[in-house]
Amino acid sequence: MVTTRNTGNSPPRLPALGLKSLALVLLSIVIMFADSRASHLDTVRQAIGAAVFPLKVIVDAPARLFDWAEESTVNRETLERENRRLKSERMLIDAELQRLTALEAENARLRQLLDARQQVTREVRVAEIMAVDANPFRHTLTIDVGTADGAYDGQAVIDAHGVVGQLIGPGLKTSLAVLISDPGHAIPVEVNRNGLRTIAFGTGEIDALDLPFLPNNADIEIGDLLVTSGLGGKFPPGYPVARVKSVTRIPQEPFADVEATPAAMLNQVREIMLIEADEPERTELPADE
Amino acid sequence: MSRRGGQGAVPVLGSIVVALTLSIVPLPGSIEQFRPDWVALVLIYWTMMLPQRYSVGMAWLVGLVLDVAQGTLLGQHALALVAVTFLTSRFHLLMRVFPMSQLTATVFGLLAVYQFLLFWINGVAGVDARAMTYWGPVVAGTIVWPIVAGLLSGLRFRLLARG
Repeated sequence: MVTTRNTGNSPPRLPALGLKSLALVLLSIVIMFADSRASHLDTVRQAIGAAVFPLKVIVDAPARLFDWAEESTVNRETLERENRRLKSERMLIDAELQRLTALEAENARLRQLLDARQQVTREVRVAEIMAVDANPFRHTLTIDVGTADGAYDGQAVIDAHGVVGQLIGPGLKTSLAVLISDPGHAIPVEVNRNGLRTIAFGTGEIDALDLPFLPNNADIEIGDLLVTSGLGGKFPPGYPVARVKSVTRIPQEPFADVEATPAAMLNQVREIMLIEADEPERTELPADE
Repeated sequence: MSRRGGQGAVPVLGSIVVALTLSIVPLPGSIEQFRPDWVALVLIYWTMMLPQRYSVGMAWLVGLVLDVAQGTLLGQHALALVAVTFLTSRFHLLMRVFPMSQLTATVFGLLAVYQFLLFWINGVAGVDARAMTYWGPVVAGTIVWPIVAGLLSGLRFRLLARG
């Protein structure tokens, strides 16, 4: 549109060009403020996102084609081997599940005795990661579900091994998810062994999280599993986040230097899951009887 | 948009769409840091050649699309591209008569301005990254510039001849 206007009153002269540039720069700054402070511009983002969608599909196509070709040319022997492996894996998982069912029933009974709130079972939706690269300075993924499929801003993303991150820019058909390893991301966690609560920050490296708020005398050891504590309200509690990789206690410093390795395969996954968060009324305390 | 036949908008818009696509194509790990700023290069070329038609307004709109495609702060690339196309537009007569070596050096400068603005905005917005990583695209962009310029002028002359 702008280009047609330019063609109309040719040739544009310098003061006009300078003014126009200045106006656009100021407009950009206003937009950046609006975008960073609040989500006023979500509809604009979604509208442009809809226009970008075909590009993402094109970029993703070769990877998809490759997967498809690989799947359809695989030979019988490999399939049989995979099938056997999957069957034995399933048996193992089934056995685990039997135990889990019993534990779950016991847990529910105990919770009832304690009058605690019931654990909710959560809706899970499977999504696929699109082979689309985004901002190189942030750790993000593009996934193939959007608000049209019920995704929402801040929704937790997990894979088979642990928490991957959360949605930051749900578009209509595709969404952007920020990984827990992003330098701007923090996730409330607790040590599975003793319930010690803290916050895990992304470091910008795909295989490391930083836990800066643990005092020197905190009870934390290498190999401790960190799970979501559910305190921030964004992530449901109890999902594995990371394993402690190193603990360095420096006597002069107030805080220990603790690093952890994410449990999820952040740079290897292709399929991920979106979990529904608690509805507000579910988090209320039960009324006294 | 393509009222003037010969230099219609199709090749311009087409090359911009290709550049946008290239800027979100996944690259393996370490090469990722050296992804040239395709969109900036293409816009520099068209602004230099057709400044009356393609300049800051176009760059701003394309920048917004790039922001959404890459998931950056809305307006970040828009601002940087406006600055770069403004400079190009301002000096387009000079740049057109530069020999390729000198032109490439100028493009290096423009790309450095572009990345500096992105770096600056990232800094203000609190997205941190090592300053050195911003040099990768500048160097890579300068290296591929002669190729991009060659391809685009081929496209332009073919269209001129036909029109």
